[in-house]
Amino acid sequence: MTEALTVDQTLDCKGLLCPMPIVKLGKAIKLMDPGAVILLETTDPGSIPDVAAWSQSTGNPILSQDKTGPVMRFWIRKS
Amino acid sequence: MTAPTIAGGELDELIRERVDSLVSARVDELFALKEAERARKPKKLAIIATKGTLDWAYPPLILATTGASLGWDVGVFFTFYGLKILQKDRKLEIGTTGNPAMPMPVPMPQLLTALPGMTPIATTMMKRQFKQHGVASIDELIELALELGVKLSPCGMTMDVFGFPESSFIDGIEPVCGATHFLTWAADADIALFT
Repeated sequence: MTEALTVDQTLDCKGLLCPMPIVKLGKAIKLMDPGAVILLETTDPGSIPDVAAWSQSTGNPILSQDKTGPVMRFWIRKS
Repeated sequence: MTAPTIAGGELDELIRERVDSLVSARVDELFALKEAERARKPKKLAIIATKGTLDWAYPPLILATTGASLGWDVGVFFTFYGLKILQKDRKLEIGTTGNPAMPMPVPMPQLLTALPGMTPIATTMMKRQFKQHGVASIDELIELALELGVKLSPCGMTMDVFGFPESSFIDGIEPVCGATHFLTWAADADIALFT
């Protein structure tokens, strides 16, 4: 399913810890057009609940997510 | 034909019932409107930063930048030692004395942590460790906070007591203020934290 999504921008936050992935995500999404999809890659152990809370709070939905080893990926659509 | 008559007491009862139902419906309506208005308003986060060591400079700045990234209205009041965080030449350090929870490369009795030179060693170590793990520096977090619109307010009383001139502070912060200004701003905050 995740392969079918068109990604407009990839944000590599691997190796960064709290609060940087969320701060960078917030900044990146501000510059995107509504409907565009961003792929966020992180390794911060708190990312899964943090990105979910950010998504719910800002209203930008997570379309899909996965975890391979320490790397978590989130596909998020700008609302 | 005579119209049906209603006794005075009965009429009062009917009027009361009608008024009650109308008022109750209207109150619910207004309440729902207020709630919707509240939900639309961004959340507000008020933080008071009172500590000026390298480690304690992190919590208020991490929380502030995270809140701002969620689209919240965030303000931090820097008072007492926390005021040092706003100085251009801040040189924040961490002391090992009195902090038995600090992870050390070798176990060390508290008395030895007070030896001359321990503070710069601990500071260098912590900075290196933070960098290795991908933690942003205090400089970066302050820059981000300003960029994200976090209000950084210096406490006027502390400035005076510690002898920090206004020119010693970084650019882009809020005007010098006191507890009254910050508290009145924070009065309707959704979250208020003391760090």
